Parts: sequence; structure tokens; C-alpha cells
Amino acid sequence: MNPKTKDVKCIIVDDEAAARAIVRHLCSQVDHLKVVDDFPNAMQAIKFLNKNEIDLIFLDIHMPDFTGFDFIDTLKNPPKIILTTSDKNFAIEAFSYECIVDYLVKPINLPRFQKAVQKAEKFVSNVDSTPLKSNASKVDPAEKEMFVNIDRRLIKIEFDKVYLIEAKGDYVLIKTEDKNYTVHTTLKKIQEKLPESSFLKVHRSYIINYRKIIDIEDNSVLIKKNVIHISRSNRPELMKRLNLL
Amino acid sequence: MEQPNCSYIDEISGDDLEFRNTLIGIMKAEWPQEVDEYRGNFNDSAFAKAALNVHKIKHKLGMVGLVKDYALAVQFENDLKKGKTEKTEEFEAVLNKVSDFISQL
Repeated sequence: MNPKTKDVKCIIVDDEAAARAIVRHLCSQVDHLKVVDDFPNAMQAIKFLNKNEIDLIFLDIHMPDFTGFDFIDTLKNPPKIILTTSDKNFAIEAFSYECIVDYLVKPINLPRFQKAVQKAEKFVSNVDSTPLKSNASKVDPAEKEMFVNIDRRLIKIEFDKVYLIEAKGDYVLIKTEDKNYTVHTTLKKIQEKLPESSFLKVHRSYIINYRKIIDIEDNSVLIKKNVIHISRSNRPELMKRLNLL
Repeated sequence: MEQPNCSYIDEISGDDLEFRNTLIGIMKAEWPQEVDEYRGNFNDSAFAKAALNVHKIKHKLGMVGLVKDYALAVQFENDLKKGKTEKTEEFEAVLNKVSDFISQL
């Protein structure tokens, strides 16, 4: 071992105590790999990551309520991640995430574990000048994103990806550049969460991200492929906010 | 019939007897809970939840060296996701076998 090698700080997230104990034990057999803590669920890990910087996460995919992939989706700047799972079928999905460096199938043995850690260390040392961070951020997250409850999961939605929000009875449809979300709430409640610097209610059934407008014609706006009617009463406010030549 | 064994536990523990005892202690505590939870969900016909329980149980089957029974659990987990329960008795036999083994560790 190189005595000058920097410690790789890691955490373990797995709802199974035996799995956490095994990964902890395997970590103890790798020089300069330091387990800072372990967590039985994703929510506890998220709270920890809000206040702490780490280099590497050993993450179980199958956890109740909040899967490993849901967990990764909540992280703004995820550290490097090694997935630990009893399921081989997630490999393709796993490698669609840039932060995932390897994929360990349980029960994990030491040689395979060491190989995965070596891979992770390469990535960590490559970015040594810009330390890997958790999602701790100096910008108030409430200005950039919100979490919505869908099927008992808290899903993060970044405001700058939202272009349209539409009332649908007891639900609202949130359209983003990545996908659409149907949430059981009201347009009014959603509006309270949205930054005024980008969003405006233009009709009793629509809130738009007016920075995403392509064009305006008479009493309608074009956003993506959606033509949205603007109420007469809301039109002046919209025009005021636009940077008109 | 495949029999559970300590090969993996011994391999992962090496000379570290303290870890070996800790791991066995965790297995003794965790296994009955996982099995009870599975049986509760199965008896309530909550097959999707039961499939998640089988997923967890699978790991322990691997830990006690049951390769064929692990494959059975993979199949049973997939079956349960579709509401199919034909392999229930076969899986129960595996659970009982492992329960006996873990209780004697």
C-alpha cells in the first residue's frame, strides 16, 4: 500500500443487517477504505449525505419503499456507487448511471469485492482535485427542486426541467423534459412550491414555465408541442414578465 | 437433496472468529423475521410483498451455500410477482431446512 494514499470514505446502504455486516467486514480488509457509517434505509442515508461528504456508496437496489435507483435519483452530485444486489437483472439499468462503477451480486466474495473497489478507487483518484460531494449544496434546494409523493415514493422534480403543469380533476400532470408525473394534489398547492421567477398560472387549468415558451400567438402559447390557452386576465402578467424587445 | 453448509461464512470470515460469531448472530436474528414476514404476506395473498421477502431470503440461501435452492428462490420470486404459487411447498421445504440449519449454528 502507498502510505500517502488518501482514504476512500464510504457508507453502506442495505436494509439487511447481514449484508451490511459482510460489506463492512470486506471493507476492513481493503487498505485505505474507511466505512464512515451504514444505514438500513435510503432516507437515513439521504439525511447523512445532506451534511457529509463521502467518496463511495455500497448500495443495495432492493429496499422497501425507496429503491436504490430512487435513492440515486435524489442525489444532486452522487458519489461513486457500487451496487450490491441479489438480482442480476438490473445490470443494464445500473450502467445507465454514470456514478455506478460496479455491480456486485450477493453473496459477495473478497476477490470480486476487491476488484470493484479498485475500479472505484480509479474514479475517485481521477477526480481528486475536485472532491466528490454529496448533495450538500449552498443553494437552497427549495429554489431548484421539489419532491412529490407518487405511489408512496418521494420523487425529485427539478424545476428547470418542468415546462407545463396541468390540472386533471383531483390530480395534476407535471410535464418535464424527462418524463411526466401524475400527482394527487391541486394546482394551487403546486403553485405555492414553484419559483415565481419561472412559473406563471396562465389559465385555471395550466401553470407554465414561461422560460420554455417557444412562441405566443393571440391568446395561446406554444411550449414544446403543447398549445396552451391563456386566460384574458392572466395575459397582462405574462407579457410583463417576458423580456420583450 | 442439497444441504446447507458454512463454506461461504468460513471463507468470508477467514481467521476472524469474532466476525464469524457476529455474522451468525445476525443470521439467527434476521432469518426467522424474514421467514415470518414472508409467510405472513403469503398467507394474506400479498404476493408482491412476499416476492420482495423471497428476494431477501435468497441472499441467505446463497450464504449457506444452497445453489440449487437459490435458483428455485429466483424462480419462485418471479412466479410470485405474477401471482403464481405452484412452487410454494418446494420453497417451504427449503425454508424449513435452512431454519433447522441456522438454529443449530
